Amino acid sequence: MEFFKHNTKIDFMAQRKWAAVLSVILIVLSFVSLGVYGLTWGLDFTGGTQVQVSFQQPADLTAIHDNLEKAGFADAVVISYGTSKDVLISLVPKDKAEITQDEKAQAEMVKQVMDALPGAKMESVNYIGPQVGSEMATKGLIAIIISLLGTMIYIAIRFGWFFAIGSTVALLHDPILILGLFSFHHIEFNLISLAAVLTVIGYSLNDTIVIYDRVRENFRKFRKADTIEVLNLSINQTLSRTIMTSALTLTVVLALFFMGGTLLHGFSLALIIGIVVGTYSSIYVAGSLAVAMGLGRHHLIPQLKEVDQTP
Amino acid sequence: MAGPINRNPIWKYFLVIIVIAAAFIYAAPNLYGEYPAVQVMGNDSTVVDENALQSAEAALKKAGISYQDVSFHDQRLLFRFSSTDVQLKAKDVLQETLGDSYLVALNLSSATPDWLTRIGAMPMRLGLDLRGGVHFLLQVDVNSVMQQRIEGDLRGIGQSLRDEHIRYSGITRQGDSKIVLQFRDAASQSDAEDFVRRRYAEFSWEKSTNADQFILTGTLVPASMFKAKSEILEQAMNTLRNRVNELGVSEAVVQQQGESRVSVDLPGIQDTAEAKNILGKTATLEFHLVDADHDAALAQAQGSAPPDTRIYTLNGQPLLLKNQIVLRGSSIVAATASFGEDGRPNVQVRLGGAGESLFTKITAENVGKPMAIVYVEVKSTPTMVNGERTIQYSTERRIISAPVIQSALGGNFQITGLRSPNESRTLALLLRAGALPAPVTIIEERQVGPSLGKQNIQMGVMSVEVGMALVVIFMAVYYGLMGIFADIALAMNLVLIVALLSLLGATLTLPGIAGIVLTVGMAVDANVLIFERIREEMRRGAGVQASIHAGYQRAFTTIFDANITTLIVMMILFSLGSGVIKGIAITITIGLMTSMFTAITGTRVLVNLIYGNRPAKRISIGI
Repeated sequence: MEFFKHNTKIDFMAQRKWAAVLSVILIVLSFVSLGVYGLTWGLDFTGGTQVQVSFQQPADLTAIHDNLEKAGFADAVVISYGTSKDVLISLVPKDKAEITQDEKAQAEMVKQVMDALPGAKMESVNYIGPQVGSEMATKGLIAIIISLLGTMIYIAIRFGWFFAIGSTVALLHDPILILGLFSFHHIEFNLISLAAVLTVIGYSLNDTIVIYDRVRENFRKFRKADTIEVLNLSINQTLSRTIMTSALTLTVVLALFFMGGTLLHGFSLALIIGIVVGTYSSIYVAGSLAVAMGLGRHHLIPQLKEVDQTP
Repeated sequence: MAGPINRNPIWKYFLVIIVIAAAFIYAAPNLYGEYPAVQVMGNDSTVVDENALQSAEAALKKAGISYQDVSFHDQRLLFRFSSTDVQLKAKDVLQETLGDSYLVALNLSSATPDWLTRIGAMPMRLGLDLRGGVHFLLQVDVNSVMQQRIEGDLRGIGQSLRDEHIRYSGITRQGDSKIVLQFRDAASQSDAEDFVRRRYAEFSWEKSTNADQFILTGTLVPASMFKAKSEILEQAMNTLRNRVNELGVSEAVVQQQGESRVSVDLPGIQDTAEAKNILGKTATLEFHLVDADHDAALAQAQGSAPPDTRIYTLNGQPLLLKNQIVLRGSSIVAATASFGEDGRPNVQVRLGGAGESLFTKITAENVGKPMAIVYVEVKSTPTMVNGERTIQYSTERRIISAPVIQSALGGNFQITGLRSPNESRTLALLLRAGALPAPVTIIEERQVGPSLGKQNIQMGVMSVEVGMALVVIFMAVYYGLMGIFADIALAMNLVLIVALLSLLGATLTLPGIAGIVLTVGMAVDANVLIFERIREEMRRGAGVQASIHAGYQRAFTTIFDANITTLIVMMILFSLGSGVIKGIAITITIGLMTSMFTAITGTRVLVNLIYGNRPAKRISIGI
């Protein structure tokens, strides 16, 4: 079976202006959404207590909320979790200072919640102290930055600084869009989602490297071709691989999304977005950015003699 | 073309066969399930022997509890049961029969055959999200202990300078790592410098002058500071381990997390209240002589204690105790809660080590005088200071009793004056497990019920199966026989991941399973790259053998570069330290590395085997 009988000759680079416009619009929208809605931080980053309970019958969320309100938990967030019988109750005070640090008070709180919900079975309890939460948020941000720097240094060693900067800027594109979508749809962003964002950084770079590798090879092979031609050729040559790998990875991530349970929803969703956006960004953003920055063959193939020939 | 290019050297067959055989062997233990079991171990000095075995068996028989089998080695009894219900009942019966001097713990014993265990093959450890249990993250207040140590050094330096007749005008502590000495003249300053440089080498000393003050500043060398801090943490971890054992959890994991944190995983525990109570307690005992030379009531009225003493109250009466510690809780090697002749609760204590001789000597010198047993507990209370949340520590010191020393005390004695049997039990437990060197606070708790754990495992396995099946079908349809080679490699990769996770003793979590699912997608990328390259070469009209050769050779650097960047990111993810995401980082890292072997070397061996030795006209690669 083949998707493309012969090498495709799609002129990707001709549309690069439109791609650039699209990317800029998406990034701006992401920032606007982040600015307006912010991120719905998960328990891992805010600190607080979460209790997961299950019922014999489908749960009535409003009744649960009312019961909790009567018991003194006015700001409890009650959502259904996976199935209609499973419910997740988050007790995250708006003011971080109110998060209890006293173990006894915390245990007492969980007990009160369970007392307020007759017929509920406790499945899990998570308590994150406020200092752990804010520390994780900082660490997470640092991890994203170090990941970008680390991969940039590796690409610089393998492909030179020119490509390294281009691919890193292209890479920024993906996490920003993921965060934007999470923010727009108010999807909880927790530690596992963070792991997904970092995984996407690594994954998206895969595609970029495969294309850059081919660009370098083609610059060597076709000495007369100009940059646009070489980029187009390289993208077309690697196109069936790019589609194939993206489709396969998307398949397994979709399996994870539909079958992995609620705990992994954030993770698989971030990856689904990341794979789609990452495929697009490595074709368009990384390539057109390199062209826009004035990529020439000398950036990839060292020409030692030029320096000595200056009069 | 010179010579055949797609032949396998013999060693390559051997390599692949050996690696795969090893992978199957080390992955195998995961196929055998686990039995619920109860483990009995001796407590400190108690040794499990045939008698213990017999009384345990008799007790189970009497209670009508039947067990599958019992094993007895490494000073450890292991009873296996058919269900967890029976296991729980048996644990209570055994604990009651054998008493405090044995540790009776619930255990999940692997059904792995002996020959596998003997070569080190073990099943993967399942994370708490897959089996149920509690995870705690404890903050150890290392800094407060460091301050106390510096205070100690401060007094020591002051004392020894006085002993050496070197006059100083002031000595103070700065922060938790600096000591500042002040002198009136340069001669004392340089004398002191010579002395402290020799005696207190863990500090770096610097001379300075300020107006008419001659100053000597000692800063704790970073290496000593690091060593001291890690010793404190190490000691805290040991104590926590002992306490966890006392709790009756046999497969608990106590691990260091960062500079000042310890994570404690207690699988299978449902009652977290007791666990929290016992884990976090910073209680110990101190024995002090009562100062009878001064008037305690007068001291309390004046609000100041005579030098080297401290005011306590016992039954509402003030009491002066000498600061010298006659005996510390750390010298106690065994402690059992029991009842005295008067029916009141007490703790039987046995001493050992260096503490014993000093204790005997001092009690011999002070027969007829009272000695107080002081219960010391550090309590943490969260408070708000200028809008910043901090944890304040306060030490609670309470005299348990102040009996008169009847005779010189040896290695065995009793502590009486306890308020309830509960107090005697807790005190005995804490004395056995040792004191925490620093106050600890629980800053994170994750609890997962056992049914949720089971459900998580099912969903995780299901998504691996479905994801894998889809990829396998897709590859076979799209790439023909070559796709099937890639599928075989993919399956081998899964076995290798499981084998390595088992061998490394890594913990499998639900996010870890997600990582495995993801590696299925990533691992197949290597084959896609190779096969697409082979197709390209063939479309260009290259021969079968040359295309295969070029496909593998050209794709290799690309695969390598692409995987390295993912590995870099995974290392950063791992270093974030949280158990939730460590799982993903570990499985993806292992999966990517093994996939380099299976997807490149593994499929190449198969391809060469089928196509390499003959003049093939075409290959089944889907075109």
